[in-house]
Amino acid sequence: MPKLPLPPLPSALQPRPKRPSEAEKVKPADQAKEAGIHAVDWIDERTSLSGALRWVMFRKVPKGTNWFYTLGSATMFAFLSQAVTGVFLAMYYTPSVTDAYESTRRITNEIFLGEFVRGMHKWGSTMMVILIFLHMGRVFFFGAYKYPRELNWIIGFVLLVLTFVMSLTGYLLPFDQRSYWATIVAANITASGPIVGPFLGDFLRGGAEFGATTLSRFYSIHMLLVPGLIAALIGAHIYLVTRLGTTAPPWMKAEVDERLREDEV
Amino acid sequence: MPPARRTPPQSKYTADRLIPGSFEGETVTRRRMMSLAVHGGGAIAVMGFTLPSLGFAIGSALFDRPPVVWRPVGVTSDFPNDTYVPKVITETQGIGEVGKTTVYIRAYNEEIDGPQQTDIPGGGEFVALSTRCMHLGCPVRFVEASERFICPCHGGVYDFTGKVSGGPPVRPLDRFFTRVEGGQVEVGPRYSVNSEFEIFESYRDPAQDLDGIGQYLYPPRFSTPKLDN
Repeated sequence: MPKLPLPPLPSALQPRPKRPSEAEKVKPADQAKEAGIHAVDWIDERTSLSGALRWVMFRKVPKGTNWFYTLGSATMFAFLSQAVTGVFLAMYYTPSVTDAYESTRRITNEIFLGEFVRGMHKWGSTMMVILIFLHMGRVFFFGAYKYPRELNWIIGFVLLVLTFVMSLTGYLLPFDQRSYWATIVAANITASGPIVGPFLGDFLRGGAEFGATTLSRFYSIHMLLVPGLIAALIGAHIYLVTRLGTTAPPWMKAEVDERLREDEV
Repeated sequence: MPPARRTPPQSKYTADRLIPGSFEGETVTRRRMMSLAVHGGGAIAVMGFTLPSLGFAIGSALFDRPPVVWRPVGVTSDFPNDTYVPKVITETQGIGEVGKTTVYIRAYNEEIDGPQQTDIPGGGEFVALSTRCMHLGCPVRFVEASERFICPCHGGVYDFTGKVSGGPPVRPLDRFFTRVEGGQVEVGPRYSVNSEFEIFESYRDPAQDLDGIGQYLYPPRFSTPKLDN
């Protein structure tokens, strides 16, 4: 049989609410629970980062947004993977004409997980180029390069070229026969441009011949100069995406409120 | 026509604009002066480290001239005038195997090469052909049976004198200056030739055509060895 709720106690018998002075003691467990919130609050109070984060993360996206829109992020993660594996490869690699091949061989054959990390870097570079092209194709076929996003297309193009520079300079570093001759050919293609070409070729090689500093030049361009530029431009690229928003796929039609249709007014 | 200004343009003299502490004839305000000085100082500071760094990255690559080196490769009787003898020389010092290259050498043969040029540095009694393909720089090899130089990369073919007889190369194979010192044949700096075998002493990279307008499109560089004759 269902029970009826008890009638309320008369007010005289009800427990008195606590006075402010006898407020419940904060237990250490509760303090520990809120430590994270306090730390985040402490930072946010001094940086106002939460506003920026909300601006970046809680954006309006148009209807019809689909998996093709993830290709840009995929490319960025490919770059991050290249950056992380590259930093650690640099711990074992020696950029000198006499030791480069030997150190690469050691990474591949002797060092724990060396083959795996080098493999990720090597195949990841190809993956990154493929993803860039897929992303570029998505932007092109969805018409997402049009006003007001032209500048982002241009930044993206520069990123594409810089990625090619990474591919070119990284190709020499294992320093086997294929690397060496591919670099000879690439430097000669560069040098075949009229007037300035021969001097560009000299700049790339560090002289008229493949010399003692060519490898370290390529190494420095590969691991310091271009990655810095790419990281900065990715920042600009993402800022513009956040600022301008993404586009709806071309097959989405703008919805017009039925009441506003002219023939029905 | 733009509408006329409602207020008359300000005088360029600070004194006329009633700026406190202005001097007679002064046209630049102190605020403007200070901001110019600060921005200018910043620009000078930035240039102070970027210009030397750029010069450091570019200068030696473009303007360091390597010394002229003559490398003995064998006695004069080692080299016949109807076929080539391959010799390995060190083209770039101090980088081990990477700095070495093969050179094909034979004695000058007037029947094949025509009358000898008299003004060629070192005398030119021996012909030393570079193995650098003039398409994109792969290594060519001499095939005895067909008396041709053949490139493995993209099928460049050169005849016995190094002239292009097929494929993509744009000019004959580069050569090296040769001289005879105490019975030894010595191989000197590399030089380039066009299809008339005119000598270009500052050698060009492959893929640079040296006929007609090409010799002006691909100027000599400052980074090649220079003979002081």
